[in-house]
Amino acid sequence: MLKNISNLGDAALYCDFGNEINRETNLHVIKYFKNLQKLNLKGITNITPSYNKLIISYDLSIINFENLKEEIKNLNLKEIENKEAKIVKIPICLDDEFSLDLNRLSEKLEIKKDKIIQSFLNKQYFCYMTGFIAGMPFLGDIDSKIRFQRLETPRVKVPKGSVGITEQFCNIYTFESPGGWNIIGNTPIKVFDKFNEKNPATINPGDKVTFYKINKDEYLKFNE
Amino acid sequence: MNKAYFEIIRPGIHSTLQDLGRSNQYHIGIPFSGSMDKRNYLISNKLVGNKLNEASLEFAYQGPLMKFNSGKATGVITGNVTFNIIRKNSKIDKGVCYQSFVLNDGDKLDIISTNRSVYGYFSIKNGFAAEYFWESCSVNTKAKIGSNNGEKFGINQKIYINKNESLSDIKKIDYLNSKIEYIRVLEGTNFNFFSKKAKEIFFSSEFTISKFTDRMGMRLEGTKIENLSETNIRSEGLIKGVIQVPTDGNPIIMLSDHGTIGGYPKIAVVISADYDRLTQLTPGSKIKFKSVELNEAENLYKLYEIETENILNQIR
Repeated sequence: MLKNISNLGDAALYCDFGNEINRETNLHVIKYFKNLQKLNLKGITNITPSYNKLIISYDLSIINFENLKEEIKNLNLKEIENKEAKIVKIPICLDDEFSLDLNRLSEKLEIKKDKIIQSFLNKQYFCYMTGFIAGMPFLGDIDSKIRFQRLETPRVKVPKGSVGITEQFCNIYTFESPGGWNIIGNTPIKVFDKFNEKNPATINPGDKVTFYKINKDEYLKFNE
Repeated sequence: MNKAYFEIIRPGIHSTLQDLGRSNQYHIGIPFSGSMDKRNYLISNKLVGNKLNEASLEFAYQGPLMKFNSGKATGVITGNVTFNIIRKNSKIDKGVCYQSFVLNDGDKLDIISTNRSVYGYFSIKNGFAAEYFWESCSVNTKAKIGSNNGEKFGINQKIYINKNESLSDIKKIDYLNSKIEYIRVLEGTNFNFFSKKAKEIFFSSEFTISKFTDRMGMRLEGTKIENLSETNIRSEGLIKGVIQVPTDGNPIIMLSDHGTIGGYPKIAVVISADYDRLTQLTPGSKIKFKSVELNEAENLYKLYEIETENILNQIR
């Protein structure tokens, strides 16, 4: 539930949904997010959901903190319809050249590579939030047996399409970027496509995601 | 398409098309972007009679050297900028900021440098031909969004203009970019993660702006800010002006092209009224912070808007 609203600077509301990170808390965040998207309240310029917080940016020349806070507190929330959450299937190639950290993970976790892959592919994930870089989804929760901390020294360049895991989360690097997640494979699909202006991000907050394995040949031919 | 264009002979350090930026895309990882110094951007459009959100060429430190081809056009440069107009007959006209000028076929515009500041704006009557993504042409080089495939301009590229038109009268205003003694901030949402001493250091000592500063963020160096609680938080949304303190204790201020989600504690947030002037501070210069209350910040923004409005209204 929404526990507290404070200000983040003079042009954003910081809505706190508590300290726990789980799907239930996040679904509350997403409920507010989707309702606000539909309501299109005057003055709001951006809404950013994350695990357990929602940041609402506004145009200070149109509305101020106190007034918008009152509006948010008194929102008449509607339930989110189930059909709004998509199920997205993501192909992933797990060959050695793409799974940069799989050997290391296997050693550290003392679990065979095949078992890690099997465990990863077996679950359906939930998108908590999208961002940091354009279209990057933060998915969870991965099986507790294959959880591991991030790299001590982040990579300067993580290849585009890399699928990484850290603690209970999984993400996809939509651009080549610096990053410290453990890379286990790579997807050939465009998870972010700027030319699709209506729906540039393949995976949105609240969506469900599964991964399926493809081989190198299928990977290379995927975009033909 | 209109035939008049600028041909880039020297692109400068970071020359991009910008406007007021794009909204409603934070939730998929796309920040506002847009011109860093909004006031100077608006003035440049007003001085050539454009609509206020027309695409303008923003440059940093050293701007481009460009040759104008076909016809006649009126342009203007705002900021604190040294530039020359090299006429077709090789005569050099020294450029004056905040005063429109006419370019003829074969003239070159040489934007030499921004002085004691970072950004300057070049606007042309009727605007540059730009590509729009989510209602904005603003270039975000990280997400490769905006005009020119989301890239800064390179050598030999052509920048087309929408329609040639030279205005009969020269428009100008007297405007002085004021220096700022303090950057005013509001306490951040993780203010209490920091020790009493760290808070004192934050508000009393000087920080130096590092050379690792760009449109995404401004890194500061100085006395380290000690964190008592945790040096990482669960990733959450960011906005421009947020000051995060990572594990090494050196603050980073989020600027217009910032990553939309971050996991470092937020010690403070720069007030909206001081954002333009913040972005104009050059690497190596010193910066001090001063704490204000929310209602004060809101009033200062109203004042900033009235001032901007007054400046724009002086241009007729």
